[in-house]
Amino acid sequence: MSTTPPTHGHVALLTIVAESILEPRLERELRACGASGWTVTAARGEGSRNRRVGDLDGGNVRIESLVSNDTAAAVMQRLADDYFTHYAIVAWVADVAVHRSERYI
Amino acid sequence: MEILRLALDNLLSPPVLGFALGLVAVLVGGDLRLPDAVYQGLSMYLLLAIGIKGGVALRASSVGDVILPTIAAIGLGVLIPVLAYLILRRATPLSGLDRGAIAAHYGSTSLVTFTAALVFLEASSIAVEGFVTTLLAVMEIPGIVVGLLLAGRAADRSLSWGASLHEILVGKSILLLVGGLVLGVLTGASGYERVEPFFGALFVGILTLFLVELGTLAGRRLPDLKTAGIGLPIFAILFPILAGTMGVTAGSLAGLSVGGATILGVLSASASYIAAPAAVRLALPEANPGYYLTASLGITFPFNLVIGIPLYLEIAQVVGG
Repeated sequence: MSTTPPTHGHVALLTIVAESILEPRLERELRACGASGWTVTAARGEGSRNRRVGDLDGGNVRIESLVSNDTAAAVMQRLADDYFTHYAIVAWVADVAVHRSERYI
Repeated sequence: MEILRLALDNLLSPPVLGFALGLVAVLVGGDLRLPDAVYQGLSMYLLLAIGIKGGVALRASSVGDVILPTIAAIGLGVLIPVLAYLILRRATPLSGLDRGAIAAHYGSTSLVTFTAALVFLEASSIAVEGFVTTLLAVMEIPGIVVGLLLAGRAADRSLSWGASLHEILVGKSILLLVGGLVLGVLTGASGYERVEPFFGALFVGILTLFLVELGTLAGRRLPDLKTAGIGLPIFAILFPILAGTMGVTAGSLAGLSVGGATILGVLSASASYIAAPAAVRLALPEANPGYYLTASLGITFPFNLVIGIPLYLEIAQVVGG
């Protein structure tokens, strides 16, 4: 009996937590920067800003996307240019091992 | 004294008491917030129910009846935010950007205030023209656009209109309200009969539940008042009276009945807290929600709910009678 061992490669896991009103805009940014897919979940929490209208519009969203390092850097640059100053938003990138990594880069 | 009795009846109506319950819950440290999905669902229900009912009534109205009040509503939608912007410059030390953001809220309208006024007038046996929901729909957008223009001018920058305007126009509230109107016009009274048990009979109960939620949201806004200064709360009470009087007068001149003029007064006096905050947040992220939401949801909404609605009726009776 022979099974092919799963192959892992390394890609960037980009995670963005933001007020939910931004969800459509952030998805457009991800697409424009080359991300091929993402997962959005509803999120709750507290942060330093506390200036938002999220109360009326569904709290926060957490968007996760597996992307190449270049795409992650490009998205981070877009966030720095247009979002971090005024919105309640936090984003981070982690290096992760992913099965079938070639799908994401 | 009739007006006092009506005001007291209004105060003791289930929706207003529901709002008070939500508010008290926050003050004693409790939390009666609905789950997000339920809140979204109820707000969709209210918009669609109001839209359909309005559409059915619109079908029974003639174009001639609707045209003058519609022009009056659009005129008010443009004039009110300009007036709010100018008065705020005198009354508060706020920046032009924040004043424009607040003006956008007062120029737009509040669905729930409108709905509470309809429920109040119905309970008081005062007839209202069926097409008033059309006025609600046409007054929602111009105020937001004028407010954003004023803020953009003050901040000396151009707004990214393409994205923002599209987001406002395809926002849930406009799509559901206008969609509901169209649905109501198409289906007519006989079609409405089949959904009436859901959209009509349950309406005031669901409105009450929604107002419990708005009471908690308003209560959570109240601490922000401390940072806003005294000018803003005074504005949030006196400006609706001014705008409401203008609306009632314009409504009477446009040929509306006492009930219809009261509704145009309520629409003019009310401040948006769903469509406008979303639009302002996207187009003017620098503006402080602590000001615009606190004024519209924390002060003006409860004021209109309890005192404003009977007051505009009284004014309509004086002006129209």
